[in-house]
Amino acid sequence: MKQLMIGNQAVAAGLYDGGLGLVSSYPGTPSTEITEFLAKYEDIHSEWAPNEKVACEVAFGASLAGARSACAMKHVGLNVAADPLFTLSYTGVNGGMVICVADDPAMHSSQNEQDSRHYAIASKVPMLEPADSAEAYAFAKSAFELSEKYDTPVLLRMCTRIAHSQSVVELGEHIPAVLKDYAKDPAKYIMMPGNAIKRHPVVEARTAALTELAEDCVYNTVEMHSDEVGIITSGCSYLYVKEVLGDSASILKIGMPNPLPVQLIKDFAAKVKKLYVIEELDPIIETHVRALGIDCVGKELFSPLGEFSQQTIAAALGMATRACVTADSPIPNRPPMMCAGCPHRGMFYVLAKKKITVMGDIGCYTLGAVPPLSALDSTLCMGASVSGLHGFNVARGADAEGKSVAVIGDSTFMHSGMTGLVNVAYNATNSTVIILDNSITGMTGHQQNPTTGYNIKGDPAAKVDLEALCHALGINRVRVVDPYDLKACETAVMEELAAEEPSVIISRRPCVLLKSVKHEAPLKVEADKCRSCKRCMGLGCPAISMKDGKAHIDATLCVGCGVCKQLCAFDAIV
Amino acid sequence: MNTTSVMIVGVGGQGSLLASKLLGRLLMDEGYDVKVSEVHGMSQRGGSVVTYVRFGDKVYSPIVTEGEADIIISFEKLEAARYARYLKTDGRMVVNTQQIDPMPVIIGAATYPEGVLEELTAKGVAVEALDALSLAEKAGSSKAVNIVLMGRAARHFAIPYERWIAAIEKTVAPKFVEMNKKAFDLGYHA
Repeated sequence: MKQLMIGNQAVAAGLYDGGLGLVSSYPGTPSTEITEFLAKYEDIHSEWAPNEKVACEVAFGASLAGARSACAMKHVGLNVAADPLFTLSYTGVNGGMVICVADDPAMHSSQNEQDSRHYAIASKVPMLEPADSAEAYAFAKSAFELSEKYDTPVLLRMCTRIAHSQSVVELGEHIPAVLKDYAKDPAKYIMMPGNAIKRHPVVEARTAALTELAEDCVYNTVEMHSDEVGIITSGCSYLYVKEVLGDSASILKIGMPNPLPVQLIKDFAAKVKKLYVIEELDPIIETHVRALGIDCVGKELFSPLGEFSQQTIAAALGMATRACVTADSPIPNRPPMMCAGCPHRGMFYVLAKKKITVMGDIGCYTLGAVPPLSALDSTLCMGASVSGLHGFNVARGADAEGKSVAVIGDSTFMHSGMTGLVNVAYNATNSTVIILDNSITGMTGHQQNPTTGYNIKGDPAAKVDLEALCHALGINRVRVVDPYDLKACETAVMEELAAEEPSVIISRRPCVLLKSVKHEAPLKVEADKCRSCKRCMGLGCPAISMKDGKAHIDATLCVGCGVCKQLCAFDAIV
Repeated sequence: MNTTSVMIVGVGGQGSLLASKLLGRLLMDEGYDVKVSEVHGMSQRGGSVVTYVRFGDKVYSPIVTEGEADIIISFEKLEAARYARYLKTDGRMVVNTQQIDPMPVIIGAATYPEGVLEELTAKGVAVEALDALSLAEKAGSSKAVNIVLMGRAARHFAIPYERWIAAIEKTVAPKFVEMNKKAFDLGYHA
């Protein structure tokens, strides 16, 4: 039966039909749905891990035990899982293992646009790259055989446009999960120097064997249409090339970007007069082609920045682009923002009001950077708020300690904030860390985490006690505050900043978008009392605007959180 | 190539995902090759959101670029103006007349442009404007703006009314089917 599914759903179906027994992941756009769809299958184990390194190691353990396993993450998640990846390349697998990694060119929801193909090359692990959902299904399914045949984990590279585009898929036969035998094999699985030194040549031999495979495999395909123009391309770039050139150019489509074929490329290049390499982000294929001594046109025409489209490809090739109509009026931007009633807003208002230096982190609360709050000073990566604050305070001393905080969400704290907090306590700065506990992993679309008390299936699970955890990590001063209470937030922040020891403030209130959260009646402005001071506007709440010179609250957006009411000096908000 | 390009644009949270799911499912059932490109993650938080739906005998690219859209369905006025350049010069726009101020307008850093739809009409764009919010409320929920607009846009697809209704029954959660059918009908006949 034909089905329309996003690439991530197709990956999930492919992994499942390929005999998957276990998946462990940490959510991250654009990879999250792979694991969410896998969680719908009742006969396999699925879980959210606290971070990608844990997820990858869980998948390793399952593979060692004989099960086919997978983990999924966004591109920056692979940085976190890079440690196990590089040595998994040496140990190889027992049950097949697939590491799904989703890149985000154009940074729809990311802090950088790194190219994951570098990891495949650096770790010497094969990588597959589908161009649509049908390929995502087929590649994911076949990846287990590849993994077991060549005794290696396999990277499956997605990108936003493939991960989140629906296209037609026809599902094939389901291979039931089986558990292979487990036998202790220290020489293969204990990577101490004496063993690892013997595994490295195995890795090199495997790359040679995989390069042989790359010369003639289902992943790399040739369409000969022209002896004038030849294009080597992959993933969604292939789609844009086909859209623009149809059958007017010859194409070598690379579905396995690591290792790349040699003879196949030489033969293809020899058959065309002009060779282009069209790939998003970094010149991985192009560098390989040039290293083979083949002249080609690549990044000088096709930018390493952002995403491509049929339009960018056509323009780069000097083809005519379409006429279009544009509005003359200036169109204001519509940036994403914190929702009406977002529990992060109250705390950010206090931090901005007090002009506190705020080391930010990764999550919905990164939106605290947006005007009018403009509350953040930095956002680097998962967990960097806490460790970064410590370094900031060491460098600038006691004065900074009294004026700076870190903000980090509950899920991000579990991911990699805890270790930074241990460091704050151990290496003793009077740092103040605010855990914005909204009881869910918010930005990626509401995934459970170890602090919520529920697992990926929504079943009750062990719940981390954040207060006890912070105490155990060496922090004596731990207090909880309701971010809807501005006065309490301000008192807590100022007292903890003044304290002569490290401290944690847990700003606790569930995400307003959770179905379990009951909304209060919307508030309204009594226009005759409103003095148009615009103090309430300083919150940056999407429900509040100025209409006819007076503050106005949109009743369809307001959830009655009451934060604006606390700011009004004239009792105009009721 | 005979690919038709549709864009559904609006503000994060307005229900463009359901609208694109409905359209994609329907087109596949009608026998077309279909690609739908969705937006997830940060952009959903009240930001400008765009979904592409492309169909035909064989569709390659999942996205729509400038001057390429046959029809743009806009859930909000300003977003119609923002994405107008994606429309073919003889393309069509179905626009909800609702105004949702973006944060730069709310805080006074920018102004919401007046008369953008009139401006587009003056430039020769076929603009069909309707108050989808009122119709959605009439159908039973302000959240049904998406289906009201799909109803209005449906008149420009060569697919009979009944097939749309059948697609709604297959796509929407059972308890919302009747309300959405009503919303679709109100939009279709608006």
